[in-house]
Amino acid sequence: MQTQTKSGPSHTSAPQLPQVTEPRNPGMDLDMNWVMRLQANTSAIERRAASLPARRSVKKSHQAAWLLRAISCIDLTTLSGDDTERRVARLCAKARQPVSADLLRALDMPTLTTGAVCVYHEMIPAALRALQGSGIPVAAVSTGFPAGLSPLHLRIAEIEESVKAGAAEIDIVISRRHVLTGDWQALYDEMRAFRAACGDAHVKAILATGELGNLRNVARASMICMMAGADFIKTSTGKEAVNATLPVTLVMLRAIRDYYDRTGYRVGYKPAGGISKAKDAVTYLALLKEELGDRWLRPDLFRFGASSLLNDIERQLEHHVTGSYSAAYRHATS
Amino acid sequence: MTVSEIFETMDYGTAPETAAEACAWIKRHGARFGHFIDGSFTKPGRGFESHNPATGDLLATLTQATQAEVDAAARAARKAQPKWEALGGHGRARYLYALARLLQKHSRLFAVLETLDNGKPIREARDIDIPLAQRHFYYHAGMAQLMEDALPDRCALGVCGQIIPWNFPLLMLAWKIAPALAMGNTVVLKPTEWTSLTALLFAEICQQAGLPKGVVNIVTGDGTVGEKIVAAQVDKIAFTGSTSVGRGIRAATAGSGKALTLELGGKSPYIVFDDADIDSAVEGLVDAIWFNQGQVCCAGARLLVQEPIADLFYRKLRARMDKLRVGNPLDKSIDVGAIIDPAQLQRITALMAANDAGESHLAATEIPGTGCFYPPTLVTGLNPADTLMQEEIFGPVLVSTTFRTPAEAVQLANNTRYGLAATVWSENINLALDIAPKLATGIVWINSTNMMDAAAGFGGVRESGFGREGGWEGLTAYTKPKGKAKPLKEITAFAGDDAPADPIDRTAKLYIGGKQTRPDGGYSRPVWAKSGALIGHVSLANRKDLRNAVEAAQAAKGWSQTTGHLRAQILYYLAENLSARADEFAKRLNAMQGGKAGAEEVDLAIKRLFTYAAWADKYDGQIHGVPIRGIALAMKEPVGTIGVICPNEAPLLGMISCMAPAIAMGNCVILAASEPFPLAATDFVQVLETSDVPAGVVNILTGPHGDVAGDMAAHMDIDGVWSFGAAPLSEEVERASASNLKRTWVNNGMARDWSGSDGQGPAFLEAATEVKNIWVPYGA
Repeated sequence: MQTQTKSGPSHTSAPQLPQVTEPRNPGMDLDMNWVMRLQANTSAIERRAASLPARRSVKKSHQAAWLLRAISCIDLTTLSGDDTERRVARLCAKARQPVSADLLRALDMPTLTTGAVCVYHEMIPAALRALQGSGIPVAAVSTGFPAGLSPLHLRIAEIEESVKAGAAEIDIVISRRHVLTGDWQALYDEMRAFRAACGDAHVKAILATGELGNLRNVARASMICMMAGADFIKTSTGKEAVNATLPVTLVMLRAIRDYYDRTGYRVGYKPAGGISKAKDAVTYLALLKEELGDRWLRPDLFRFGASSLLNDIERQLEHHVTGSYSAAYRHATS
Repeated sequence: MTVSEIFETMDYGTAPETAAEACAWIKRHGARFGHFIDGSFTKPGRGFESHNPATGDLLATLTQATQAEVDAAARAARKAQPKWEALGGHGRARYLYALARLLQKHSRLFAVLETLDNGKPIREARDIDIPLAQRHFYYHAGMAQLMEDALPDRCALGVCGQIIPWNFPLLMLAWKIAPALAMGNTVVLKPTEWTSLTALLFAEICQQAGLPKGVVNIVTGDGTVGEKIVAAQVDKIAFTGSTSVGRGIRAATAGSGKALTLELGGKSPYIVFDDADIDSAVEGLVDAIWFNQGQVCCAGARLLVQEPIADLFYRKLRARMDKLRVGNPLDKSIDVGAIIDPAQLQRITALMAANDAGESHLAATEIPGTGCFYPPTLVTGLNPADTLMQEEIFGPVLVSTTFRTPAEAVQLANNTRYGLAATVWSENINLALDIAPKLATGIVWINSTNMMDAAAGFGGVRESGFGREGGWEGLTAYTKPKGKAKPLKEITAFAGDDAPADPIDRTAKLYIGGKQTRPDGGYSRPVWAKSGALIGHVSLANRKDLRNAVEAAQAAKGWSQTTGHLRAQILYYLAENLSARADEFAKRLNAMQGGKAGAEEVDLAIKRLFTYAAWADKYDGQIHGVPIRGIALAMKEPVGTIGVICPNEAPLLGMISCMAPAIAMGNCVILAASEPFPLAATDFVQVLETSDVPAGVVNILTGPHGDVAGDMAAHMDIDGVWSFGAAPLSEEVERASASNLKRTWVNNGMARDWSGSDGQGPAFLEAATEVKNIWVPYGA
């Protein structure tokens, strides 16, 4: 532990800006000794992941508060070929008002927004317009998302274009082939270049963990992306066959912890794809709280990449307020 | 706190499980309980109180069983047993299946009641204890179903007295009752006075299952009731608990003919190599030593960390400990609950207060101000000589030291009187699979810990007891061979005063460490033929000769590492060389015993050597079907050094029948030759010397069995003793074996037909081996 948070965690509840109280991770030289020492025992990791939900049960008001916290950490996302500006505007409206005003009043949380809105490059202007004045940042997926196999100079140019267009956060995809062929130096160099291209925009490194073959590769790729200056490490594009899972999360959180212990820089975490239930969201928050600590339970260090999660959370919140189980159609769609 | 406040603090809050139904069940019984005898509850009598350790609240008043009540329970079990056994495997399977289903139907009631009574976190009771208890009944329903097909030569023992501990009340009940019932036994079971409630609820389930009266009897009370059960008319005692009580039971049942299995204490090593997944190994310790507040006989309580990662490992471990939540066991988000009783808390506190070695870290976590709680504790920087490294604490205290090499890890791990379980963390399969067989334990978990299942035997070696619970290997403990044994005939040596038969004086010496040695005492006795002729002198071995033989056997331990193929070759060679001298041996046998059966005995001895040469590379282990992605390897390992009081009858065949299976399985043996007819054994020395048997693998003593039997059974460096000698030796051997709780196999004064099927077979191979279950979860 070398440096401390510059100031304490923010106690303002709105708007949910990325709270830039953390010094950005500048990265470090590639330390292959450290990378190659990393181990990940699949069975043991799965056992921990399987027992955690039963070890930590969050009920009643606490559950409601945790679910609200989860909303504040959602990167409300649309990444479809058929996205239009109106579609994105609708999404942004939901990001501004993720839960109906009457429910929020009942919960004494009058202002609440999602953590960000996440779109393709072409949708950045639409999103910015729709979010104007809300303080909600726009994140853009980049670098030939989701496969990341377009020419490197074009991937770097894409980042630059998106930053120029006003994206505050860039979600890049790594070249999985560098991991699968063990070309760790190439992975490091690529991430370094992406980070440089981002400038002041924060960069989330998507590992596409479902395509890395095993958990040890996840641990190694996580560490290299942090060494190369990633602000966040993120599980998946949402387009792989397997996206965010608890075992993968555990491996990435432990890598973040090791990196923090060694360098003093807190790197954020974003699971994406496959998290659609309120209960899952609580489990992820609990795992974060257990493995990394409370500081990570804020949108500057944690995001859910999700589209349908919000609706399930809304139903649970209404249940908390009214005591009756809710229905999806009662809550505004995005 | 308001929602918006919690939104900032992100606290867990509480998640209490309701105790209403469990309390209602207690209330329905008037909070007073009698025993469950012959299918119904007795009227509550004088007794004791049972408290909730987390709060100190009175839960119920229980009855202390009287002698008459224990006798009544044993009588009811005796009366019910023949019909229960005659019901057949399928009939019993139906009842065991019903018990499993009923446990499942009432699972939450059992879990909450267990937590109230014991103080363990509800999560553990709900997710581990109760499901595993169900699993044992399901699994053994299957064993009942298969008994006639799979174990055609075995039958029930009869009535089993079972005494269980307080750390896993219902689970230990299941481990005891399920296999006993499956094999056709009936039981008298006593839970501990601290935790009897789930056993009494189980009694109700037995009624609901329509279990025949008297098949399960449950009596409550303290240790003195346990003593009454041990002394009662039962055929077997199964005990789980402390090593000191186990030792007492061993002594108390000596010579009674009662079968005995003991599952005792431990100080299990938890070994972390420098190539381990460190975070997972740290997390594993939560399941190893902070599971059930560390009150687990197989708890990974001795942490051994390889030096290069020790500082990092300890730092991560301390951080992990500080995240443990200690408190109300009924809260679903609690990791560590209450210590069972103020007495146990006092014991832990006293042990820790007396320690000034190493550095202690107490988890920086909130501990309730009232109730029986002890903070999770790590003591690092200890040495093997420190009390905390040797004594079982039975609480949430982890002690630790470091090691340099794999060999040193094994040395430190095995530096204990106990031998229940061990944990090994390494990502290197070569290393892990090399270490596992070298650990002196009944269980090894690789990259995992505290895994248990009905399909894999649980139990230890050394002073952790003997016998296995679960798996095929556990069934031996609840069955016996079919058929009725006859009493042993006493045989005495012939006396005479005729001249020597040999033209030149021959001196039969002892055979120790591959050398013929004179007896330490310097005494010999003459051996006369039936005809009265002097056929030789034999040395009289004393305890020092025995000591020397044990040291020779220890020096020959490499034998256990040889291949089955090599041991087979040597056994065949022994047969070959015996065959070459068959006539001479036959003549000697005839001269010693009279009659003309010598040639047949030699021939049978040769056959027997062939039999165990055949088995040497074929007595395979198993892979158990445990419910994990991975395997549980049931490896058959040699017991170690086995002392054998050879039968007086069949002086050659009896000795070979014991020696051959023992050495075939990789043991070293010390054979006390037939007392009246010792010369077959001393002649056999020359066969041993010419057959490539390594020095020390077979040692032969002669002289009165009584001069060495007690010392043999008491010797701490002997791992097993078999007595096929005169009847009174059985009691002496069993009583003296309590010293290090070595395995014993005695004849209880009953005869064995050495020339028939009784003289060989699975019983000998089982006695010559220990089953070690090595759990290897895997995953790419």
